[in-house]
Amino acid sequence: MTAAARPRVGVVTFPGSLDDRDALRAIRFMGGDPVPVWHADHDLHGVDAVILPGGFSYGDYLRTGAIARFAPAMTAVREFADSGGPVLGICNGFQILCEAGLLPGALIRNRGLSFICRWINVRMQDERGDVLQIPIKHGEGQFIASPQELARIEDEGLVALRYCSPDGVVDERFTPNGSANAIAGLRNQHGNVLGLMPHPEHAVDPDLGPTGGQFVFEWLFAAARERVPA
Amino acid sequence: MIATEPLHRALGLSDEEFEAIVTRLNREPNHTELAMFAAMWSEHCSYKSSKVHLRTLPTEGPQILVGPGQDAGVVDLGQGMACVFKIESHSHPSAIEPYQGAATGVGGIIRDILAMGARPVALLDPLRFGPLDDPRNRYLFSGVVAGIGGYGNCVGVPTVGGEVKFAASHSSNPTVNVMCLGFARADAVQTGRRGGEGNVLLLMGAATGRDGIGGVSVLASRTLEDDAAESRPSVQIGDPFSEKLLIEACLELSERGLLWGIQDLGGAGLTCAVSESAARAGIGADLDLDQVHLREPSMEPFEILTSESQERMLAIVRPADLETVLEVCRGWGLEARAVGKLRGGGQLFVRREGHVVARVPAAALTDEGPEYHRPLASPPWLIRVREDDPATAPFTGSLEDAFLAVLGSPGIASMRWAFEQYDSLVQGGTVMGPGADAAVIRLEGTIRAVAVSTDGNGRYGFLDPFLGAAHAVAEAARNVAAVGARPLAVTNCLNFGNPERPEVMWQFAESVRGLGEACRALGTPVTGGNVSFYNESGDSAVVPTPIVGVVGLLDDYRLMTRAGFADSGSSIYLLGTTFAELGGSQFAETVLGKVSGRPPELDLEAEANLHSFLYEAARQDLLASAHDCSDGGLAVALAECAISGGVGFSVSLSGRELAPHVRLFSESASRAVVTARSGREEGVEQLAGLHGVPLTRIGLTGGSRMRFEGMLDVALADALVVYEGAIPKLMSESRSQGVPPV
Repeated sequence: MTAAARPRVGVVTFPGSLDDRDALRAIRFMGGDPVPVWHADHDLHGVDAVILPGGFSYGDYLRTGAIARFAPAMTAVREFADSGGPVLGICNGFQILCEAGLLPGALIRNRGLSFICRWINVRMQDERGDVLQIPIKHGEGQFIASPQELARIEDEGLVALRYCSPDGVVDERFTPNGSANAIAGLRNQHGNVLGLMPHPEHAVDPDLGPTGGQFVFEWLFAAARERVPA
Repeated sequence: MIATEPLHRALGLSDEEFEAIVTRLNREPNHTELAMFAAMWSEHCSYKSSKVHLRTLPTEGPQILVGPGQDAGVVDLGQGMACVFKIESHSHPSAIEPYQGAATGVGGIIRDILAMGARPVALLDPLRFGPLDDPRNRYLFSGVVAGIGGYGNCVGVPTVGGEVKFAASHSSNPTVNVMCLGFARADAVQTGRRGGEGNVLLLMGAATGRDGIGGVSVLASRTLEDDAAESRPSVQIGDPFSEKLLIEACLELSERGLLWGIQDLGGAGLTCAVSESAARAGIGADLDLDQVHLREPSMEPFEILTSESQERMLAIVRPADLETVLEVCRGWGLEARAVGKLRGGGQLFVRREGHVVARVPAAALTDEGPEYHRPLASPPWLIRVREDDPATAPFTGSLEDAFLAVLGSPGIASMRWAFEQYDSLVQGGTVMGPGADAAVIRLEGTIRAVAVSTDGNGRYGFLDPFLGAAHAVAEAARNVAAVGARPLAVTNCLNFGNPERPEVMWQFAESVRGLGEACRALGTPVTGGNVSFYNESGDSAVVPTPIVGVVGLLDDYRLMTRAGFADSGSSIYLLGTTFAELGGSQFAETVLGKVSGRPPELDLEAEANLHSFLYEAARQDLLASAHDCSDGGLAVALAECAISGGVGFSVSLSGRELAPHVRLFSESASRAVVTARSGREEGVEQLAGLHGVPLTRIGLTGGSRMRFEGMLDVALADALVVYEGAIPKLMSESRSQGVPPV
């Protein structure tokens, strides 16, 4: 296979990252070429796309993602994103992207104050509106933004995924963490940076459950291929 | 008077134990040495009351790679892989400070697995609390669950199981047990027996502080008195981030062959780790306390030696490897300091500021502690309690009300409220997570998986400690077999009251006897475990609570069997025989308000036959579902199959000689409910015959109701509300999470 057909996808491991090995495994399972990136690395080893994985980077004792955004690898991630490179932040990765200002808003304690690990449904916010089954597992996944910012997010169509019922109804009752406008995933204006609270890397292998996460990797790989012509 | 009490008594040593130390040293110990002995000879570390009984347990089998006496047991999974596992109690700290008590329990058991050179891959948390109508019990329950999640989620080890039960005797004495599993290459398992004079003792991880001093002697080896809150400084504080770095650094060192040995620091801290490392190799050690990375420089030698600060490991490293090892630690941002050396001669020399502050034979601390044959006496009240058999009284109430009451009782109802607070998915190996008969974790890159379950019925233990422990083994193994795995080995955590009371010691001895008998009969040797005594406060002790963890092997996890009914129109079979056994049952407790009678009899041969049937049926892919039948009897087992699968059923429970409520709620052992795959009914029936398992076809799956012909008929949706809603409803009565009621 050519490099473009088999995209090289980096996964940044911060001290305290937990789902980094799962992300690397999912990349391989989906037909990509996984590349480990260490938080102290100053470059991304020429990858075609990059994932900031889930976990508790640096323990997250201060505020989720607050320390990780200062890691040397994040300077490289920012440059990569600014040049149009596809970046996927999952859970803690989403929190880091918000802290780094690569995505708007912030993620705070769940409305119910407890950590939630559960398979949930999310609806893709595109024309097809597919409903995906993907698990969440977080204590701080309630998306918030100022009213003006939230309005801008909606006006510019930046919401990628919303929590929903099994048949696709978006409603507060199906939003497990109290996120504003049921937001589960968000992209930037250029569409190359995507942050998600659900964990697609835990929803690709049919032996372990539903495979809603495959769509997310397909998006990432497609974006990587678009950027690097064969 | 406390002021005039000799120091050894204040440290928890008896006068006889003090004399034994003097005899061993040929002189009086100084204060530092006394503190070291007090920690190592505590009940928690020395097993002085339990050893004589534990020795009777079966510990050998072809599948056992490492048995008791090490940090954890190791069982052979074949193809060069091994499963390392162990269970431990952290009840005493959790009673005082539930969040940190539970959190540090998780951290401690993870380090035990790490000390064997294995990557920790799964956690299970068997918990026992007092009834939830008491706000203090709700506070303890929510605090412990949050602590398990807070630590386990942050350290990246999935929490995949563990059951939660409630009993009045646990009101002031919650039982918090934590089990951890790890996977390792069989040839990479660390057994800690290699010493090597001149090798360096490297203390890795967190700084040593004043937390947890006296943890093993003050907290874990005494009963909790009214002033228990004052012991709060003896509870350690967890830092899961440091633990995560410690895991990765230790695994990298192990992978690169840089570890000569490794030991965790848990109870009794540095004293235990250094003396065990030396004594196991039959040599001594030099320990320089000036090199220990301290949180507070003013710490006394005894404080440094017995501190139970968390997230520390002691590596034994060849001098030539030291620089490389330190570099790996630096890479993970982990503090690591050479604090001493192994030396010949068997003596442990401890220095501070150039002076020898302690000099004791390492083996005197670890192997030469006291050993007691404590007096036993069966409690006289037990005869009367056992005579009151709940099955003999006629039941005239509504069967439907009884069914819903049992289904919604906290010991039966869905524990989703708790287990959704745990990350059960991280590491990507969870084939089956919490809420199932057994959790199933796959071996990366293979189709093989390990199944694991913990069990222990306090009512049975109370009424008959021998049978209670035997049932715990049978039920945990049955759960493992129900998912299609072959049970391999057992770990156990024995939670009891004060062993100095003959009644408690009798309960303990009987439990160990029951454990041994069941493990021998089922071919699952004991690989180790933990004894937790002094679980009492005031005049109330916990009911005998032996918690048993069973590990089993699935050859192909794609053939795993689930509990939920998979389809409509499947034949439902009851395996095993129902007798008039309501003694100690959930029905008797919930509906009749009684914990009395005798627990169900246990025919271990029938039990073993059932397990081999379940395992073989899964291998041959004959079953659409399988679920063990235990608490709440057949009625609850069927309800759980229906709720879990979202498919109703209609059954007819024959057996005219038994009253309807007995047929529904009897807890006769060695039973399971299975459905056959379409067209495989004959195969199921033949296989049951082959294994000598009684089999009765009791009905069909389908519809949206739970129909017990001629007895009761409940909508699945209504039962679901009761089953799922019970715990959230009880817990929502207190929104004051985190604030201890006075």
